[in-house]
Amino acid sequence: MRYRVAIHILPREGILDPQGHAVADALQTLGFGGVHEVRIGRHVVVDTDAETPEAATEAVRAMCNRLLANPVIEDFEIAYVSSP
Amino acid sequence: MRFGIITFPGSNCDTDAYHAVVDALGEEAVMLWHKDHDLQGVDVVILPGGFAHGDYLRAGAIARFSPIMREVASHAGRGGRVLAICNGFQIACEAGLLPGALVRNGGQSYICDNIRVRVENADTAFTNAYQAGTVLRMPIAHGEGRFVADRAVLDALEDEGRVVFRYVDAAGVVSPEGNPNGSTRAIAGIINSAGNVLGLMPHPERVVDPILGPPDGLPLFESLVARVAA
Repeated sequence: MRYRVAIHILPREGILDPQGHAVADALQTLGFGGVHEVRIGRHVVVDTDAETPEAATEAVRAMCNRLLANPVIEDFEIAYVSSP
Repeated sequence: MRFGIITFPGSNCDTDAYHAVVDALGEEAVMLWHKDHDLQGVDVVILPGGFAHGDYLRAGAIARFSPIMREVASHAGRGGRVLAICNGFQIACEAGLLPGALVRNGGQSYICDNIRVRVENADTAFTNAYQAGTVLRMPIAHGEGRFVADRAVLDALEDEGRVVFRYVDAAGVVSPEGNPNGSTRAIAGIINSAGNVLGLMPHPERVVDPILGPPDGLPLFESLVARVAA
């Protein structure tokens, strides 16, 4: 089976995210006074063959640990698993 | 002695490194391709500056899996010296040869400038031709040069004298003005615990020729020769 696994990768809590900071400032300038933090990361979509959705998710977790995310600076979470 | 300079697709300071080694230092250098599997018996590996693999995903993230990096890791594991400059520093961190990571500059923009760094530790294989405390002028050219690491890692680096270069201002003092990219604790260059892998964001290989100003980078290369000869 082919599965589509999407991942959110974000700067780790506590790592200064200057891009998110600049955008938060801009949102406040626009009048969105309730905004106190914005973090900007990346969204990665992987289509992969696997036996089950769980196996696809596990494989993508391994991909994140090895290449897609850097644990020194980033956190990742699986956003969804579906059929492409 | 023999230096090996690795060219990745997107490296752009490899020939500068070659010039520094061959023309300024007067030593031998071989150019190695990132798909090579053989370091050709070199004493020192240079991971040069540039944008290896387009810096896609994260700077250095893809380059660290280039075939030759396996040889570089075993060279480093045997105590072989690795000089990782700019993009090379980013690759070395991604490869786990050095701790921490290099993230987007604090001011968000790419910086190309002449900055000052202070030699914090002159008792390394890479800095023994300097005096500790000397302030050097070197160029930087990077978008992702802000060094970050966990507090425990930072404290270990400080306690073990492994912060080798620190950004300073015109007075030779660590200050926000002297820290171009917002690096944690103004760290510009670090060394691994075994003392054989040095990474730094500034470009010593671009300041080895008096025609371009004071050759503040040359003693770094001379240090390596002195230590290997001794």
